[in-house]
Amino acid sequence: MSVLVNKNSKVIVQGFTGTEGSFHASQMIEYGTNVVGGVTPGKGGSSHLELPVFNTVRDAVLATQADVSIIFVPPAFAADAIMEACDAGIKVIICITEGIPVKDMVMAKEYVKHRNCRLIGPNCPGVITAGEAKVGIMPGFVFKTGRIGIVSKSGTLTYEAADQTVKAGMGISTAIGIGGDPIIGTTTREAVELLMNDSETDGIVMIGEIGGNMEAEAARWLKGNMRKPVVGFIAGQTAPPGRRMGHAGAIVGGAEDTAAAKMKIMRECGIHVVDSPANIGATMAEVLKKKLATA
Amino acid sequence: MNLHEYQAKELLKRYNVPTQEGIAAQSVDEALKAYDEVATSKGNKFAVVKAQIHAGGRGKGTMREVPSQHGVQVVKSADQVREVASNILGNTLVTIQTGTAGKKVNKILVAQDMYYDGPSERKEFYLSILLDRARKQNVIMYSTEGGMDIEEVAHNTPEKIFKEWVQPAMPLQGFQAREIAFNLGLSGEAHKNMVKFITNLYNAYTGLDCSMLEINPLFKSSDDKIIAVDCKMNMDDNALFRHKDIEAMRDKSEEDPTEVEAGEYNLNYVKLDGNVGCMVNGAGLAMATMDMIKLAGGEPANFLDVGGTANAKTVEAGFRIIMKDPHVKAILINIFGGIVRCDRVAAGVIEAYKALGNIDIPIIVRLQGTNAEVAKELIDNSGLKVKSAVLLSEAAAAVQEAIAGK
Repeated sequence: MSVLVNKNSKVIVQGFTGTEGSFHASQMIEYGTNVVGGVTPGKGGSSHLELPVFNTVRDAVLATQADVSIIFVPPAFAADAIMEACDAGIKVIICITEGIPVKDMVMAKEYVKHRNCRLIGPNCPGVITAGEAKVGIMPGFVFKTGRIGIVSKSGTLTYEAADQTVKAGMGISTAIGIGGDPIIGTTTREAVELLMNDSETDGIVMIGEIGGNMEAEAARWLKGNMRKPVVGFIAGQTAPPGRRMGHAGAIVGGAEDTAAAKMKIMRECGIHVVDSPANIGATMAEVLKKKLATA
Repeated sequence: MNLHEYQAKELLKRYNVPTQEGIAAQSVDEALKAYDEVATSKGNKFAVVKAQIHAGGRGKGTMREVPSQHGVQVVKSADQVREVASNILGNTLVTIQTGTAGKKVNKILVAQDMYYDGPSERKEFYLSILLDRARKQNVIMYSTEGGMDIEEVAHNTPEKIFKEWVQPAMPLQGFQAREIAFNLGLSGEAHKNMVKFITNLYNAYTGLDCSMLEINPLFKSSDDKIIAVDCKMNMDDNALFRHKDIEAMRDKSEEDPTEVEAGEYNLNYVKLDGNVGCMVNGAGLAMATMDMIKLAGGEPANFLDVGGTANAKTVEAGFRIIMKDPHVKAILINIFGGIVRCDRVAAGVIEAYKALGNIDIPIIVRLQGTNAEVAKELIDNSGLKVKSAVLLSEAAAAVQEAIAGK
């Protein structure tokens, strides 16, 4: 078992022939991901990276039985791409695109809500199940195989957490980059729940940032479901209110949005919260050791 | 992106949202002409002059150069228009939202007086539309307590704040608009006008891709007209590609010039008040780095995300921007090289450092990821006064040392 993607996933790339799509598709193939083709409207019937190109996601699914899609199309067309993948029966849709208008995402989110599929992102680094499948833009070599799951809003901070985890003597089961936008497909709580139910994951690193209430929601769920240790970090303790910090979602609006408020709730719910991002890996090693000692 | 009141009102008119009519003016002469048009020529003597800046609290705020002058003033003669316009234009308005630095006023809005007497009682309401992130749908927030600070109302009398959520991807429904108008205590003609107003305002919010639209006060005149007297409008930057005309309304003089310059290099920069500058790839890691600086005893001087391409050009631009701030006593560069190789970034840092010549503050470069060790060697052998680090904890220790002046 693993979460969201594994070696059996059949992956298609939407926006396959573009610069980003081409580059990351070849990186994913190199990693060993089972990429079965791609979609670029108007280029159907041709081949790219020695794989078939289709005009529509439906054509791609009929021909390849693809069940996972990764989206690299430009922001103006990305919400449409999400809904197309959903309509064609793709089960896991991972949208990398950054800069999608909020109005488009409100619509796409509502669309996928009523259909049987899971959306990850947008504006995220993707999902990697170490040693099996990389469906994203993360540097694969950082994610050495192991039994720690990661949930994060941010890209490079996910790599940082994975790297620390590996250097502290552990490895990664699945890392899920959920994205930094105000509207995203899979919330922190949903991603944490997936890892909590995964038999190949022993501990979870949960990384959040200022803005929104997703970490608080996840923490409250964890309180009654803490079957594995969770280490948490919230970026933006020093961010001033009212200023957007890069991510469209990273802005302190109300009192509950601040890093301090989130960290307090997380601690109260039993999460091992670290103040410094430099201590994520070491803390996970420590709490796992303690758990083994008491088991 | 934020808009001025006069720009927001222009946009609302496209959606048939009734607004207090007014004319923007950049000089005393233009203000006099505008006064003639909105007041004298219509047989009125009253008008209102409003400073146009991207901040609230203008009515209570005062001009630094003329402390007796507020940012919003009712006028009743051409002479008074002349006096008020010259008090405000070109001077600095300090409000509760601008901070002590205040904001220079380049434009004023000369608007019609709506507070005339008539058959019914005048009323001021509050209404705003924004995204409710938790529910993933838009919410209309409104209150009978208009014309005042809504945060205060929410704090002191939360029962006076109403909320109406709108189904995603659908227009506001008639029953919702009617309910809002009833909750505001309206009946008859005023109720009908409010229903129309709210329906059109919601269409404006979605049609223009606003991220926040606030009408305060939302005004009921003594003859039952419903009018936007003030309007605060923020746009979704991600949607500006489909609103080129709105993008052209951007007033760069309202923004921090260094942040504007950074944007030209595709750097995401926010100036803060600390003493340790930082340059990082990725927004989350950048915020985490700022937090680490604080834990190491410093205060972050900025947020700076260099994005996916940390090359010599972007690093040099980053250096220049950070060093414009005289309070910066050290700079930490923190790059996690994934797809981008650390040795390339290191070469870029060295090149940028040499191009800048004399940097007399400590620089700490932390490179982790692909080819991190090679990168460290490059930095260490460069002969530059740059301290290298690989682990985040090492970088934190180096920052601590730099602040202590070691």
